[in-house]
Amino acid sequence: MKQKFDIIESTCVPLPLENVDTDQIIPARFLKATTRDERFFGENLFRDWRYRPDGTPVKDFVLNNPVYGGEILVAGRNFGSGSSREHAAWAIAGYGFKVVISSFFADIHKNNELNNFVLPVVVTPEFLQELFDSIAADPKMKVRVDVPNQTVTNLATGRSESFELNAYKKYCLMNALDDIDYLLLQKDKIEAYEQQ
Amino acid sequence: MNTLFDKIWDAHVVQHVEGGPDQLYIDRLYCHEVTSPQAFDGLRARGIRCLRPEKIFCMPDHNTPTENQDKPIEDPVSKKQVDALAANTAEFGLTHYGMNDPNNGIIHVVGPEKALSLPGMTIVCGDSHTSTHGAMGAVAFGIGTSEVEMVLASQCILQQKPKSMRIRVEGELGKGVTAKDIALFLMSKLTTSGATGYFVEYAGSAVRSLSMEGRLTLCNLSIEMGARGGFIAPDETTFAYLKGREYAPKGEAWDQAVEAWKRLKSDDDAVFDREVVYDAAEIAPMITYGTNPGMGMSVDGTIPALDQIPSEGQASFSKSLNYMGFQPGEKLLGKPIDYVFLGACTNGRIEDFRAFASLVAGRQKAPGVTAWLVPGSQQVKREIEAEGLDKVLAAAGFEIRQPGCSACLAMNPDKVPAGKYCVSTSNRNFEGRQGPGSRTLLASPLTAAAAAVTGVITDPRELL
Repeated sequence: MKQKFDIIESTCVPLPLENVDTDQIIPARFLKATTRDERFFGENLFRDWRYRPDGTPVKDFVLNNPVYGGEILVAGRNFGSGSSREHAAWAIAGYGFKVVISSFFADIHKNNELNNFVLPVVVTPEFLQELFDSIAADPKMKVRVDVPNQTVTNLATGRSESFELNAYKKYCLMNALDDIDYLLLQKDKIEAYEQQ
Repeated sequence: MNTLFDKIWDAHVVQHVEGGPDQLYIDRLYCHEVTSPQAFDGLRARGIRCLRPEKIFCMPDHNTPTENQDKPIEDPVSKKQVDALAANTAEFGLTHYGMNDPNNGIIHVVGPEKALSLPGMTIVCGDSHTSTHGAMGAVAFGIGTSEVEMVLASQCILQQKPKSMRIRVEGELGKGVTAKDIALFLMSKLTTSGATGYFVEYAGSAVRSLSMEGRLTLCNLSIEMGARGGFIAPDETTFAYLKGREYAPKGEAWDQAVEAWKRLKSDDDAVFDREVVYDAAEIAPMITYGTNPGMGMSVDGTIPALDQIPSEGQASFSKSLNYMGFQPGEKLLGKPIDYVFLGACTNGRIEDFRAFASLVAGRQKAPGVTAWLVPGSQQVKREIEAEGLDKVLAAAGFEIRQPGCSACLAMNPDKVPAGKYCVSTSNRNFEGRQGPGSRTLLASPLTAAAAAVTGVITDPRELL
C-alpha cells in the first residue's frame, strides 16, 4: 500500500537462508487470485514452510515462533530469485513487513518491493551476519532504517551502514507517490518520442 | 564502441528521470492471465485506458488444462482468472488469443512463432521468462504487475539501465548436448545470482550454431542466472526463421527491415561490464540435483560433498538435498524416476519434440513412468501432427496433450505428487514448483526421453 517512509525502528524476523525464491515466498497456487488483496497474500506468505499440507503450523518455522516479530524481515543473500510474481511483494507487504534487509536481492523482486512500498535494504555480508548474530542473541533487539539519510543501524551493536536508493525512488517513498502517477504526466514526451 | 544492448536500450529512452531511472518506450507488451488482472483493476481505479492497445497481445497459458480444452475449465478459480483476461481485453480493446483458439499457446512460444517479437524491439511481460524473446535480437525482460500497469497506461516503463555482460561459448557442442545443456551448464558455473544486475549478450561459435529454437531455450533461461534478460544478435538464422511469418514485414518492408536488423550488433571495440568465455567441449548433457537451477551437474556426475560448499551456503544446500531425498557425494545415474515432462516456454517447441521423438522411436515408454508431452502452442501441435511425430510417439507409448504451461508450475491440473521424481524440460526445480512436495530434475528433451524409456536417470548419449 502507498505509505510515506521516514524512519523505521523495529524488531526483526530472521530468515538466514540463501536463494529464497518467490515460489517459496508465495507458491503458484495462490496466484489465481484476480484481486490485489494483500491480507490474503500475507496470510499465505511462506505458506509451504509455515504450514504442513494439513494446515497445521510448522512449529520451528520463524513466522510461527512468537519470540520473533516486527516490520523488518532479514534474509540471506539472493532474496526473491525466480519468478516475477508481484504477489510475492504483496505477501510480504500484506504480512506487515515494511523493510527487507539482505546482502543481495534478485532484480525483478527488488523492483516489485519498491513498487509496493516495501523497502529493500542491501547491506554488506558482514553487516548481515552480525545482524543475524544480534537477533539470535536477543530477539528483541531493534534495527533503525533511516530513509531520509539512507542509513541502516544495528541498535544492539551500533554498527551502521548507508544503503543505496536513487533520488527519484526516495522522493516517491517519502511522498507516497508511485511510478504510474509519474508516467501519466509524461504523455507529451511519449508522443514526441513516437513521432521521431 | 557500444554494445548491442546499449544501442537498443538507448534508442528507446524517452527521457532520463532526474536522479533516477530511464523512461523506456516499449514496443511490445504481452499479458497472460496470472499477472495482469490487478493491473487492469489499476487502470479502472484511475479511470484510464491503454495508450497503445495495438502493441499489446494477450493470451491465457498458465491455468489452461492440457486436456478437454473445448470444455469449460473445471477448477472454478482457474476459470475465473482465464475469464477475467477475456473480459479485460474486451473492455480495453486488446488482441486476445483465448484457450482453444488456433493462435493460443504459451506467450513466449507464440510471440516468436508469429513474429510478434522482432529484432531491435523492447519487449516486456509480467513473466520472468520474457527473456526468451531475446533470441530474436530484442531487449526483452520480465516485469511485475505494477510495471504491467505502467505499460498498459503509458507504453513506457521506468527502469534503471542494467549493466552489460557477454557470455561466449566457443567451439563445437558434443553429441547429445543441446541449448538446454548450455544453459544448465552456465547456471552451474555462474550460480542463480551470477548475472543479477546484468543484461546478457550470448555470443561465440557454439551459440551462433544454434537454431532459433535452441536460441529461444538459451535466452529463456537467462533469468535463472539472475540476469534481467539475455539476447543474441540477429543473423541469417534469425531472418530465415522470421521470413513469411504472420507479423513479419512483407515485400519491400521486409528488405528494409533486414537491412536495418543487420546493423544490430555490438561494435568490435564494445566494452562489456563483464565477459566470460566457456569451451563448448566442456559441456555434457546436464541434470539438476537440488532445488535451484544452479544446482546442476553433468548427468553422469556426482553431487558435491558438504565440505565443497561455502559455509554460509551449507544450510540451504542441506535443506535442498534433504527435500530431494539425495545424499551429498552420490551419483544420480540409475536412480528411478516417476514422471517425465516435455514442454514449457523452455522446451515446448517443434525441435524439442523432434529430439524427444528421435530418441524414443523404436523404444517403449518404461512401465510406471507417467509422461506429459505438452506442446508450447497450437501451432507447435499442428507441426507435430504434420510431421507425423505424434504417430512415432504413440507407437512408443506417448501421447500429445493440448498446449499450455502445464506441469512447469502446476497451476493447471498437471501436478507431480509429493515425493515423486520428475525429469522435466522446464525451467525451475524450486521446492513444490511442480506441485506441493514434488521433486524436479531439470534436463534437456533428450535426457528426459532417455529417462522416459528406461525409467531411471540415464545418459542420453548411450541411447543415441
